[in-house]
Amino acid sequence: MTRPASGCRRANSDLPVDDTILQLNNVSTHFPILSGFVRKRLVGTVKAVDGVTLAVRRGEVLGLVGESGCGKSTLARTIMQLVPTTGGTVVLNGKNLSDCSATEMLAVRRGMQMVFQDPYASLNPRMTVFATLAEPLLVHGVCPPAEVPARVANLMKTVGLAPRFMQKYPHEFSGGQRQRIAIARALALEPKIIIADEPVSALDVSIQAQILNLLSQLCRKMNLSLIFIAHDLSVVKHISDRVAVMYLGKIIELGPALDVIDRPRHPYTRALVSAIPTPNPDVERARQRIVLAGDPPSPINPPAGCAFHPRCPYAQEKCKLAVPPLVSDGPTREVACVRLGEI
Amino acid sequence: MPLLTVTDLRTWFHTRNGVYRAVDGISFSVERGETLGIVGESGSGKSVTCYSIMGLVPTPPGRIESGTAIFGGVDLLHCSPKQARSIRGKRVAMIFQDPMTSLNPYLRISEQLIEPLLIHEKISRRDALARALAMLEEVGINDAAKRIHLYPHEFSGGMRQRVMIAMALITKPELLIADEPTTALDVTVQAQILELIKKMQRELGMAVIFITHDLGVVSGLCDRVQVMYAGRIVETADTRTLFYSPKHPYTRALQRSIPSMQDKGTELFTIPGMPPDLSKPIAGCAFAPRCEFVTERCQAEKPELAPVSATHDQACLRVQAGEL
Repeated sequence: MTRPASGCRRANSDLPVDDTILQLNNVSTHFPILSGFVRKRLVGTVKAVDGVTLAVRRGEVLGLVGESGCGKSTLARTIMQLVPTTGGTVVLNGKNLSDCSATEMLAVRRGMQMVFQDPYASLNPRMTVFATLAEPLLVHGVCPPAEVPARVANLMKTVGLAPRFMQKYPHEFSGGQRQRIAIARALALEPKIIIADEPVSALDVSIQAQILNLLSQLCRKMNLSLIFIAHDLSVVKHISDRVAVMYLGKIIELGPALDVIDRPRHPYTRALVSAIPTPNPDVERARQRIVLAGDPPSPINPPAGCAFHPRCPYAQEKCKLAVPPLVSDGPTREVACVRLGEI
Repeated sequence: MPLLTVTDLRTWFHTRNGVYRAVDGISFSVERGETLGIVGESGSGKSVTCYSIMGLVPTPPGRIESGTAIFGGVDLLHCSPKQARSIRGKRVAMIFQDPMTSLNPYLRISEQLIEPLLIHEKISRRDALARALAMLEEVGINDAAKRIHLYPHEFSGGMRQRVMIAMALITKPELLIADEPTTALDVTVQAQILELIKKMQRELGMAVIFITHDLGVVSGLCDRVQVMYAGRIVETADTRTLFYSPKHPYTRALQRSIPSMQDKGTELFTIPGMPPDLSKPIAGCAFAPRCEFVTERCQAEKPELAPVSATHDQACLRVQAGEL
């Protein structure tokens, strides 16, 4: 990857200073596939994220949905700079992340935090809640060490845990409480944006609702932006302001949550929405379900043209020719389908 | 006569931290050709119920303390191992949640598919392979003739679950127990697998016990649903009744906490607290500490299932008393 010679500050000075907090410009994350024992040869690339352009506004909840393997988690990791970007730019708060030095990255990381899927795996079992929550505060020197206990107590209260549990270990908590600890840890540095990668998938329905309420409360109260990754569309619909649907590394539909899920435009989104089982027997039995054939294709050898065409019920010859760009469909929506006007 | 009748089943786990009453006195039956859904949160005992029927409870620490499970005149919980083997895998089959771990990675699909046939039927290897191939095609695997000789890792998650289903159904069982078969899969693949189970059920006329935590899946698939909480059945009814006029406060709360049942932007309804610790004896109703309608009587008296109508039973003292 080539970096511009100029410093990141000057390079970004012409960016708009509106309420956009995170801007992705044509971001790609490709992983090389190497083969051979001593001399590694490049035998292919996995295009996990391929040309994603996206903006997240301040205080906005953006839902990111798609099947497993579509690149949602890689996109999250790319934004967090946990995996290197191979193309395009990630701009957080006017700062181009790929141009940042290691020390600058430390400062930038304060502004964005992540909550992972499995609270059983993402918390260190040997650290008490206090140690877990105090660590980011101390590493980033957010407050004098004397104030740390008060801050930790405050954080615990924010996520609905009693501060008297401070000296307990993760195994003493239930799944829902652990996810609260993970959220508190993400909030410790007062970030501008939180990326939650399937934060409720491992939880039971009744606990799921508690965590969803907590997340949307926090976003409202702290004017926090949230990228909410999930495969459960009904959860995403509930919590998100806007939804982005991904398929094989690309965003294929983007728009306000209610619009996208109630009136999907892209054939893939339609199939995805129709596949959600609804807890309503009469509706469920009466409705016509679009059952997609086959599995999502491999991102190593994506089909030519529109990646969805082998499974698409509306596919035509022209779908195989070129990758459809994401084009606007009305003022708020964007869809990537060449047959948009015809179907 | 029902195909399977379970009476007063109790499966307890004797652990160092006490006796964990995973299943604590449940009775239900499954009719021929019917689909019964068992719904509940994790730890409610829905899987242990089915493991007990299949004889898959690890003993120790698990022990079936009491109860009978009569299937075709044979008590599956107390019959000889030989008798159990002749039923399990042939007349009762099971599919599991995670197709990645329930297939043997060292054996070709063909070997795993014909194993039940070789065990349960007098059949030559060649005939068994032909049957396996037909079954694979039946469950919608393209190019089955070539794929049958592959190993599990060469299949995707959805295809592995299809293989699991083919394996379970190859002996044409009368009862299929499906333990969260679609939880590990994507929604689009889940839709495929649910359609497949429905299709196979129609063709073979078998009964299905479908265990899930997803009320949405149940609503389209099952004829009857029973809701479990803390090792007991709290409500059982035909699907429409359970969804449109649930009686038990837990069922109602569970239904209300599903995001798609609520208006966007509103605070989601939540059930306060957590499921009880099953290693301690529970005096009254297990749901009482989380219930919004709790009274003193609920904490002292253990509720039993009582009929609301011919097809609808529920276990809430206050509903039974006509107070709710």
